[in-house]
Order: sequence, then C-alpha cells, then structure tokens
Amino acid sequence: MDYLHDLQSFLPGIIVAVAGLVVIMLDAFKKGVHLSYGITVGALAIALIIGIQALFGDTGTAFTGMIVHGGIGAFGKVLVLVGTLFCVLISKDYLSEKDLHNGEVYGMLLFATTGMLGLAVSNDLITLFISLETMSICLYVLAGLMKNEKIGAEAALKYFLLGAFSTGFLLYGIALIYGATGQTNLTDVAAAAEPTLLFLAGAGLLLVGIFFKIAAVPFHMWTPDVYQGTPTTLTAYMATAAKSATFVAFILILTRMLPNSEIADWTNVIQVIAIITMIVGNLIALAQDNVKRMLAYSSIAHAGYLMVGLAAGTAAGYSGVLYYLFAYTLMNVGAFGVIAYYERNHNLDFTEIDSYAGLGFKVPVMGVMLSIFLFSLAGIPPLVGFVGKYYVFAAAVHAGLIPLAIIGVLASAASVYYYLRVMVFLYFKEAHKEYTLKAPGFLFKASLIVLAVLTVYYGVEPVLPTTGLIELITSYYPG
Amino acid sequence: MEYLLNITIYLPLLGVVAFLFIRGDEAVKWVSLAVTTITFFLSLPLLFNFDVANSAIPQYVTEGTPIFLGMDIKYLVGLDGLSMLLFMLTTLFGPIVILASWSSIKKSLIGYYSMLLILQTASLGVFASLDLVVFYVFFELGLIPMYFLIGIWGGSDKIRATIKFFIYTLVGSLLMLIALIYLGYNAGAATGVYDFTSDWRFISGPDYTIGLVEQTWLFLAFALAFCIKVPLFPFHTWLPYAHTEAPTAGSVVLAAIMLKLGTYGLVRVCLPVFPNAFMEFAPLMAVLAVIGIIYGALVAMVQKDVKKLVAYSSVSHLGFVVLGIFAFNTMAVQGAIIQMINHGLSTGALFLIVGMIYDRRHTRMISDFGGIAKKMPVFAVMFMIATLASIGLPGLNGFIGEFLILNGAFISELYANHAYAVISAIGVILAAAYMLWMYQRVMFGPITKKENESLIDLNGREIALLVPLVIFMVWIGIRPVDFTKYSEEWVNSFITMSEEKSVAVIENTDPGEIPNWTARLYGIESGEQNNLLAQQD
Repeated sequence: MDYLHDLQSFLPGIIVAVAGLVVIMLDAFKKGVHLSYGITVGALAIALIIGIQALFGDTGTAFTGMIVHGGIGAFGKVLVLVGTLFCVLISKDYLSEKDLHNGEVYGMLLFATTGMLGLAVSNDLITLFISLETMSICLYVLAGLMKNEKIGAEAALKYFLLGAFSTGFLLYGIALIYGATGQTNLTDVAAAAEPTLLFLAGAGLLLVGIFFKIAAVPFHMWTPDVYQGTPTTLTAYMATAAKSATFVAFILILTRMLPNSEIADWTNVIQVIAIITMIVGNLIALAQDNVKRMLAYSSIAHAGYLMVGLAAGTAAGYSGVLYYLFAYTLMNVGAFGVIAYYERNHNLDFTEIDSYAGLGFKVPVMGVMLSIFLFSLAGIPPLVGFVGKYYVFAAAVHAGLIPLAIIGVLASAASVYYYLRVMVFLYFKEAHKEYTLKAPGFLFKASLIVLAVLTVYYGVEPVLPTTGLIELITSYYPG
Repeated sequence: MEYLLNITIYLPLLGVVAFLFIRGDEAVKWVSLAVTTITFFLSLPLLFNFDVANSAIPQYVTEGTPIFLGMDIKYLVGLDGLSMLLFMLTTLFGPIVILASWSSIKKSLIGYYSMLLILQTASLGVFASLDLVVFYVFFELGLIPMYFLIGIWGGSDKIRATIKFFIYTLVGSLLMLIALIYLGYNAGAATGVYDFTSDWRFISGPDYTIGLVEQTWLFLAFALAFCIKVPLFPFHTWLPYAHTEAPTAGSVVLAAIMLKLGTYGLVRVCLPVFPNAFMEFAPLMAVLAVIGIIYGALVAMVQKDVKKLVAYSSVSHLGFVVLGIFAFNTMAVQGAIIQMINHGLSTGALFLIVGMIYDRRHTRMISDFGGIAKKMPVFAVMFMIATLASIGLPGLNGFIGEFLILNGAFISELYANHAYAVISAIGVILAAAYMLWMYQRVMFGPITKKENESLIDLNGREIALLVPLVIFMVWIGIRPVDFTKYSEEWVNSFITMSEEKSVAVIENTDPGEIPNWTARLYGIESGEQNNLLAQQD
C-alpha cells in the first residue's frame, strides 16, 4: 500500500515522464509531430488535473522521505504544470513558423518538466540534485534549438558552461553538508546541523547553486544571452516553470533544512542578494532596446522581489512568494507569447523595440493583451502582478523589513519606465512602414486570452488561491 | 440604494464591455454618452436621499467579506459628507467630457472612449471606497487610462509628458502603499480580532490612535503621495506638461477630478488618522501652499499658451485648497471642500473653452488671437463667466471657497500667524491680473489675424455642455449653503474627534519612551502642544 501511495504522490511526474518516452519513441519512428504535440498537451493537462486535486489532499512525505507530499510541493507542481501547459500551447504556431517544430522538442520539454516536478517536491539533497540536473540538461538542449544562428549557439554554450559550473558548487555544497551532518534528508540535516565551518560552507555553496538557477545578481550573467538566444516560447518556459520549481525548492530548503536561525541567519544573506538583484536587474533593464532582453533583465528583477518574500521568513512571506510565482507565470508566459507572435510574423530583428512602433493598432487584441501583461508585470492594480507584489511586500513590512520593502517599491517604480516604454512604441509612435500582420492561430490566441483573463481575474478577486495558500503553508510549515 | 451606488460606479465599465460587440464610430460615441448620462441620472437619488444631519457616517454602505481570515481587506464602498459632492461632480463631468470629445477625436475611437469610461469608474471608485486598499487600487487604476489618453491622443510632446506624469504619481503612491501596509498591521493589532485591517471607519475612528513616531513617518508617506497628486509646490512640475499635452477631455478630467484625489486624500486619511503629525506639519504645508499660490500665479502671468496658463492657475488654486485643509478649523476645511468643487467647475470649464477655440484655430497661443468677442459673442459670455468664477468674483462660486479659506486661515490656531492669509490674498489679486489680462488679449481689441475673421460661434453641443457648469457656478455663488451643508457635519465631527485623539495620544505618550527628535517635534517636555490644544477647545 505504501508503494501505491508513493506512486500516487508523484503521479503527475510519472505521467509526464512516460509521455516524454512515448514522444521520443514516436519521433524515432517518424510519426507525425502533431501526434507528439497532442500527446504532450494531453499528458500535461491530465497531470495538471491530478496536481490540482492533490492540492486539497493530505500532507506528508513519500518514497521514504525523499520527496514531500502535498502542501507547498503540491502547489509547486501546479505552478510548473500551468506554466508548461501554456508554453506548449503557444509553442506550436511559433515553432512551426521557425522550422523548429520537431517531436524531440516536446520530448526534451517533458523530461525537463519531470525534473521540475521532482525539484518542486524534493525533500532530500540527492533528489534535489538529480531533479535539478534532469531539468538543466534538457534546458541546455532547448536553449540550443536555433543551432544555426549565432545567438542560439551562444545561448546553449553559455548556459551549459555556466550551468555546469554552478552545478559544481551545488554538488560540492551537498558533499560538505553530508560531511558535516552525515545526512542528506532535509529535515535530518536540520536536526543534525551545528554551526561548524563545514556546515556553513556547505549550505553557502548550496545556496550559490540555487541563486544561479534563479538568476539572482551576481549570478545572473547567463540570463540575458540565454533568454535572447532561445526560441521565445521556450524562453517563457525557462523563465516561468524552471524558476517556479527552483523557488519552491528554495522554500523547501529554507523551511526544512535551514529553519534554525540560531545556527545561521540566512535571511540577512537573502536580503542583501534581494536588494542587489532588484536594483541591478531594473537598472540594466532600463537600458535595453531589445524587448526579449528587457524581459530577461526584468525577470532578474522579479527574482529580487520574490526574494523579499523569502527574506521575511514567515508563513505569510512564503505564501506571498508562491502567489507571486503564480502571478508571474500567468503574466510572463502571456508577455512572451505576444512577443513570439510579433516575432514570428517577421524575423529575428523584430524583437527590437524600435520595430514595435505602431503595432498596437494592427491586431488590436494582441496589443491590448500585451499592455495588460506589461502593466501586470509593472505591478499596477487591479492586475495579478500587483496582488503578488502586495503580498510579498506586506510580509516584509510585517516582519519589520521596512527599508527592504521601500527599496523594493522604488525599484519597482523604476521598472515601470521600461514596461511603459514598450507601450510607448506600441501605441504612441507611428509605424515606420506599412505591413500587415498575419492573424494569430485560434489555439494560440485562445490561450493568450485565457492568460489575460486570469491576469485580470486574480487581480480583482485574489481570494481563491490565497485562502488555500495560507492554509497550505500554515498546515505544513514544520515546527 | 446600496445597489444604486455600485451600479453608478460600474456602469461606465459595462460600457467598455459593450464595445466588444459594437463597431462603428458613431455607435461608440452614442453608447458612451448614453452610459455616462444614465450614470449621472442614477447618481441623483443618492444625492437627494442623503441624510445631511448624519453626514459624518458613511451611507449606502456595501460591505464585502474579508478576503481571508485575519486580513480585514474587503470591498467596502459608501458615501459620506466628504465624498458626496465630489462623487456628484465626477458623474456630472462624465457626459460633459464625452460631448467635449465629440468631433475633435478622430483616431481609434473605441480605445479613446474606453479609456474615458474606465477613468470614470476609477474616479468614482476612489471617492466611494472606504477601505484603504480598495482606495489604493482605484487610485492607481486611474493612472492607466490617463497614460494612454495623453500618450495616444495628446499633443506634440506627449510621450515625455505622459511618462513623467505616470512615474511621478507612481513613486509617491508606492511609498504610500508601504505606509498603508504598516498602518494596516498596526490597526489590525489594535482591533484585537484581525492581523491587518484597512477599514477606514475603524482607522479614522475614535478607538484607534497611533504612536507619535509612527504617525510622523506614516503622515509623511501619505502626504507625499497626495501632495504629488495635488500637486503642491515643489512637486508640481509634471502638471503643466500633462495638462498642455493632454487632449481636451484628458485635461478636463485631470483638472476637475484627478487633482482632487490628492486634496481629498489629505482630508480623508491624513486629517483623521494622523492628527498630531497633521497639526505639527500644518505650518510647513501651509508655507508650501502659499508658495504654490504665489508661484503658480506669477508663472501663469507670463505664459504665452492659454492652456499652460490655465494649468499654472490650477497650481495656484489648489494651493488655496491645501491652505484651507491644514488650517484645521471648520470654516477653512469647509472652504477647502467647496473650493475643490469650484475648481473642478471653473477650471474644467476653462479647459473646455480652450479646447473649443483650439478645435477652430489649432493654436493656443495668446498672440494668435485678439478681437474674437465680436465674432463669437456666446463664446465670449461663457468664457467671461468661467474667467470671473476662477478669479473669485463675489456672486460666483470661486469667491465662496476663497473667502472661507482665507477667513479660516486668518483665524487658524495652527498657523497662529496672519501672514499666511495675507500673502495668499495677494494670490487672488494676481489671479485677477493674469486671467483678465489673458481674456483681454484673446477676446478684445482689433482682429489682427485674418484667420480669426471666419470664426464661427459655439454650436448647440458646445453650449449644452457649458451651460450646466455655468448654472452651478452661479448657484454656488448665490446659495452656497445648498452645497456646504453636505459636508458641514462631517467636518465638525472629524475636527473635534481629531483634536481629542491628538490630546489622547500626547497624554498616553511616555516622554522617556520616544526618541529626542519626536519629543522636540511635538513639544512634549515643554507642553506647548497641550497649551495650544487647550486654547482651541
């Protein structure tokens, strides 16, 4: 019976992994890519439904404590699956336009998702490491999809080299922690932890590895080039699903492995990193002329806001971070989706902001949606991005971190400038030359509309996920 | 009635939804006009059924459930003496701005009218909301449509103007958000039930007081946000840009309604919630207000562009409102509230008039006009009445507000110095100078430009949208009590309560517990504050 329970706990991951195998096999036998696409969407949808049901189930651990069951992990799985599903839905049109629509893309994507699902529930440093690697290796491949373009090759190589380097840090950290405590299970490590140099060094290196994956300053150098060189819809996937999974793993590490502030108060470290990340991310984003690069830097800044919630170190802070990730997934996939739409109508240069002049009036629904997503990213009410920021900053204020919150809102005010700038080009400038945009595909348009509606809906009515979230966190929070 | 209030707030938004199904420029215009007109008529019963004797208590209250346990953030709207007239002013201006844009806007009409309607809902929502988080959401929501109104349909330097407007306002309101969160947790702890509350009725009520140190910081954060919005000198630099570049309807809404959000916030939040800080910073704010009055008037005097002149005159007029608010007695605060309405009517009318002449001549430079009165007699009359109302001629509305404010400032215990009122009175004289000089150069004298020979007088639509404003200018001027009665009870009771609260805070403060600067600021050791309050009672 235990086995059944264990399997059931990781059922979404299993479904996704099996679907990945099937897709790869189909591709090997040259079946059509549409079948692969259908299987991918179906598997993700089923996994998402199961994942949502698990939100309301019991909490505990599974696989002899290797993974957590229910609670934060269950929410993390939903985040990953929502992000992945929408990215897949908007990928088809875009990738076929760019001649990249192969079955193996979906195979890699599904395997990466399996890694993320493991990462979001990892309760053991070994699970953490294996999941992270499963995810990363597949992402390296996806980053290099545009292998014939210079920026594609650059993205893959840069991501791979720096990623391998950071994995080294992470693994070294795990080794040191094991050396210091003799344990790899997060809660066992916490129980056996003592403030020795060995343990602190191990935990510090582990955090460096995590900071790299969430693109916190000063470990962010890879982000802009990788984001720019990756096909846009897959950039959205990296920026949302991968980030959500890593942040959930981060929360699990903080709450289960490093809950004891007497050994070392990591919130100070997180605070400092959060401040640098928000400031640097926003300042560099201000100077970007390429929309994709701008969104890459803005995603760095968003990692900074998320860390404000982590720095608060309270149940409200963690649930704020989870809500923010949910908001971030909706609006960021949406924004990248519209950019992908504009891009595939023309060529690669079409991500330059200058080429956006007058676009807003061309296909009105797309312009309006991009505006909604950008306003939401900027944190303007009544959109979901505002609610996310509100929870995160409110938690920081409540925890007494008022200076941090003030720096956060000022950084966020500066960020408004570069989001507005896109809209300045969309609507306020005249188009350079006459051209017509192709109409968006039905499924593509419908998924973006769903995202836009959710962005507005959860901004006006922030009740549903939040009530659940607070209960999740408080019922689950150890100690 | 509660439903009626909600319908009034959201009906304009419903119009935007209707645009999803309606195509055709004419249809869009008529739907917008219908929606805003219905909104106005629906809001009338709210005014007629308003219980004037109990205006300190919010009426027509709709109360939602807290969004989750422990966090008392909820949908809470209602009207009281402070918001009633401003709410009505907003519904009145709804159809007027639609009519004003009727023939002058030719580019993407659906977008334009959607923006106006969203702006209408946002403005109504700010005045009606009684939960500070809901207030904040509506406060910010107004930024988005205004950003597009200026940016898409604005003048030549529109991009710079709209970005400056947006960022300026946002910086202030984000700091306010942090203060709001802190205040919410502080107030929540005081309820004993919740962790967080943003219910204005509790926060401004007699049972909740805030320590002096917190009050100072919170007051400064809130006041900064509101002063940027007013805008008070030296935060006014966004205003002339935004006004000049905005399309006529944008300028009108900005002047008549959005600028009021700042002064409204000062009375709604700063006065009852942070009474000690409010009183202590009153002279400083008054100095800024007086500088604004004189500076705005002097700069207005040298403007070559009529619209810029009216924009700077706004800086001057809103200085009066701030001066009245911080004088902190019934007369001055009453004057400030009625002056908000007056400024909305007269400056709104002036922007409409500038828009009308701009539509005909495509210029706003004073030097391009001259002798127009002969060609456009009806226009001349309307322009004259609006000009005189703006100056504050007795018998018209401007006089009532300015008189009450100056009188109240003169006797104000907080200012304790007649200089504020005296110097401000110079501002009234300057106003007469720059407005009448401008009027004379535009309307009288020989016709020097041949384009002005062929000007046609106002058409029916233009007269129809100015007449209601003129009626109210005269009405307020002759029978001000019909309007001041709404807020009288509100002002009396909140001033009394704020005084009591401030005394209670001082009494409950242990001088050993607070830092030195706070003690010095509030004069705890010397007991000056207590003496001052004793005199006022």
